Amino acid sequence: MEDILKIGDKEIKSRLLIGTGKLPDKKLLKDILLKSEAEIVTVALRRVDQDSKDENILDYIPEDRILMTNTSGARNAEEAIRIARLAKASGCGNWIKIEIIPDNKYLLPDNVETLKAIKVLAKEGFIVLPYMNPDLVMAKEMAKSGAAAIMPLGAPIGSNRGIKTKELVRIIINEIPIPVIVDAGIGKPSEAAECMEMGCDAVLLNTAVATAKDPVNMAKAFGLAIKSGRLAYLSGPGPTTKQANASSPLTGFLRKE
Amino acid sequence: MKLKINGKQEDISNIDTILKLVEEKDLNKETIIIEHNQQILQKKDWQNTKINENDSIEIVSFVGGG
Repeated sequence: MEDILKIGDKEIKSRLLIGTGKLPDKKLLKDILLKSEAEIVTVALRRVDQDSKDENILDYIPEDRILMTNTSGARNAEEAIRIARLAKASGCGNWIKIEIIPDNKYLLPDNVETLKAIKVLAKEGFIVLPYMNPDLVMAKEMAKSGAAAIMPLGAPIGSNRGIKTKELVRIIINEIPIPVIVDAGIGKPSEAAECMEMGCDAVLLNTAVATAKDPVNMAKAFGLAIKSGRLAYLSGPGPTTKQANASSPLTGFLRKE
Repeated sequence: MKLKINGKQEDISNIDTILKLVEEKDLNKETIIIEHNQQILQKKDWQNTKINENDSIEIVSFVGGG
């Protein structure tokens, strides 16, 4: 069964998106992408440190992957738009994860500024994926304004706490015509599978893989869990009941009576 | 000539274009993106973009991020 995720003008086979921050060694990235089969890979843009000859992260990302630059560091729409335009000038494509964060404690996104940035960048031809607080009204506005997908948070960035926003994300999945990708907070493969079972289109991870003891195998585990969760969703889980329902026939018992 | 590069004041001599600045600083041309006085430059324009006293230049590149 072919199950393709369409985002913007691209058909994506893998429903796992991977972030490249906080890795203990950038060299792991090649194997992480290989083993997890992730196709969309996020990077950030920063000022060049002229005093250090740091390795180039792009050297570790195979060319067939889709590079998605995040706008981390942006505190408002204007700063996010500037980062997006700089990323485009690199010639590495036009996929942008809008991430506008005015608060350093919980790293929660500013939905209002994010919506403003979507309007501008979508018109300029960017494939825009906003990281957002799971609010249905906003998600609808973002979809109407040209977002290619909606990326509600599961829990605060880097917290590895799982899909704490489940009920709100479920509503968005039911009501929004564009793909919904849970971004941030997922810590374990079972939590990623949970997202997929409830009908999320994909999951974006970074910390869960980067801070695992064995990032490469953890990435592989996530890849399997996401495939499994997706297949379960497509297969339609059976109903839940309060009382037991015997799995074996209730007739023909080998009893005396 | 005084320039503001990545937010820091620098004094640089014998440099008149962005391309020469990149070469002087031995930066990796493939991986950097440059903004000159809030104007994003395409790589092909580095050669023709003149630098003047008190210009503001941002040099950025990709790093790991989520």
